[in-house]
Amino acid sequence: MLIPFIWLLSTSLKVRGTEFTFPPVWIPNPPVWRNYYTAIFESGLPFTRFLLNTAIITGANMVGVLFAASLAGFGFARMRFPGRDKLFILVLSTMMLPEIVTQIPSYLLFRLLGWIDTFLPLIVPTYLGGGAFNIFLFRQFFMGIPYELDEAARIDGAGILQTYLRVILPLSKPVLTAVAIFTFLGNWNSFMGPLIYLNSLEKMTLAVGLRAFQGLRGTEWNLMMAAATIMLIPVLVLFFAAQRYFIQGIVTTGFGGR
Amino acid sequence: MVAVRAVWASSSRTSAFRKEALQGFLCIVPWLLGFLIFTAGPMVASLWLSTTDYEILRPIHFIGSGNFTRALRDPLFSKSLWNTAFYTGLYVPLHILTALLAAILLNTNVHGKGIYRVIFYVPSIMPAVANVFLWMWIFNPEYGLANALLNVFGLPPQKWLYSADLAKPSFVIMALWGLGSAMLIFLAGLQGIDPVLYEASSIDGASAWTKFWRITLPMLTPTLFFNLTMGIIGSFQVFTTAFIATGGGPNNATLFYVLYIYRQGWEFTRMGYAAALAWVLFAIILLVTLIQFRMAGRWVYYEVERKG
Repeated sequence: MLIPFIWLLSTSLKVRGTEFTFPPVWIPNPPVWRNYYTAIFESGLPFTRFLLNTAIITGANMVGVLFAASLAGFGFARMRFPGRDKLFILVLSTMMLPEIVTQIPSYLLFRLLGWIDTFLPLIVPTYLGGGAFNIFLFRQFFMGIPYELDEAARIDGAGILQTYLRVILPLSKPVLTAVAIFTFLGNWNSFMGPLIYLNSLEKMTLAVGLRAFQGLRGTEWNLMMAAATIMLIPVLVLFFAAQRYFIQGIVTTGFGGR
Repeated sequence: MVAVRAVWASSSRTSAFRKEALQGFLCIVPWLLGFLIFTAGPMVASLWLSTTDYEILRPIHFIGSGNFTRALRDPLFSKSLWNTAFYTGLYVPLHILTALLAAILLNTNVHGKGIYRVIFYVPSIMPAVANVFLWMWIFNPEYGLANALLNVFGLPPQKWLYSADLAKPSFVIMALWGLGSAMLIFLAGLQGIDPVLYEASSIDGASAWTKFWRITLPMLTPTLFFNLTMGIIGSFQVFTTAFIATGGGPNNATLFYVLYIYRQGWEFTRMGYAAALAWVLFAIILLVTLIQFRMAGRWVYYEVERKG
């Protein structure tokens, strides 16, 4: 399982032209750490720009998802209103819908609005929804919090918004963290959305921009692998920092059917 | 007096209910708006587009079922559909099997299982692009690791992604590396099984094999069902790997269905045709999922049902 990673790292440290020696050399001697500098600053691609764009989109989406999905989850879990359960089934059924079905008219809509080649198509929809999976996760978690807490808060004179912000959310750190991590990963790695909605090189995200290493003066495998490693580092750091929440999130999701 | 109070109490209760209903509704309004604008609206629009010959720069005409009859005559439509079905048929069972096997192994008391879990899980969070670069290279016909491995066993080198026969299986191997999240879900399922069941069967003298077939597998069916459903829905939409690594080649062997829709829609700007193709995909996914749910009654075992 680890061998591909080792190879990734090893190649990112090789001298150009020695990437493909046979039998494979695992530990380059000496390791060319400069490849990383070259990949970031001297590749001819706006790598730091890619990094910044990805960070902007990912950050904006994390805020949007946490806000929109938790609010909807709160409504579905702890408020009673007519049609609630039917609407929730609607939430769940949207998970089955292939992205590509809505993507074609959405693209035309964004084109009409003049949003193509901006970050807006990749950010705005998040604030109106936050993703069916995330709403589901929040709802499941909120249902497990004792209702007496809401009632006590209400007797103390708290409104709905205060109950949500002061009582429910502070108790929901595990699910907030899990959703935040999934959102980070989803956006950091997202490919099709940026590919469709962004055109110019300086607007590209890492996931799409990295592809340009393929065409540049032939494929410079060592630089490409260095760039890929850089893209992987935040993911790994996040994973190790929040392993517990990660696993919890997946486990909760997995029991959706019950 | 009593009657007045009763009426007063009930009306104050209805107004409290109304207030809660209104507030609850307000909580979900952002989602509802998003659903109307970005899901329901586009679905209606896409259904309408699928009956037109819309190509962005040309005037739009209603052509009824023209796109669908065109698809039937389009060799790349059937080819891409076949490619996707082949990929799904090969990938999903292997994916379930390897994830289950890994979960069972990691559920035993091996030393340092925390580290193994991380090792098995991390590939599934690998950014798709980085992942593809890596595997393009593993599958490199001249210097790749895959051929080095074959060489160890004295087997002849293969052309992997560059061979029409092996390209799809190569993508399957690539995807199998990401078994992590399915494995974790299985692991959670395994840990949810009451140990009392195993203890009781040990007393009855059941072998490990019997325990697996009679306890583990039946208790795991809800998890199995979940992973199966998600696996199929996901693999029908395979796109990124083929888009980057092969662009659909060689000889359209890896032209997967979503890649073909993308090509029609955004490369040839045939939005009407692309919308029709997307609806075909949706219909297939819906059908397969419904069949699965229908069949689930026969083999998925829910503890809750038995109690109820």
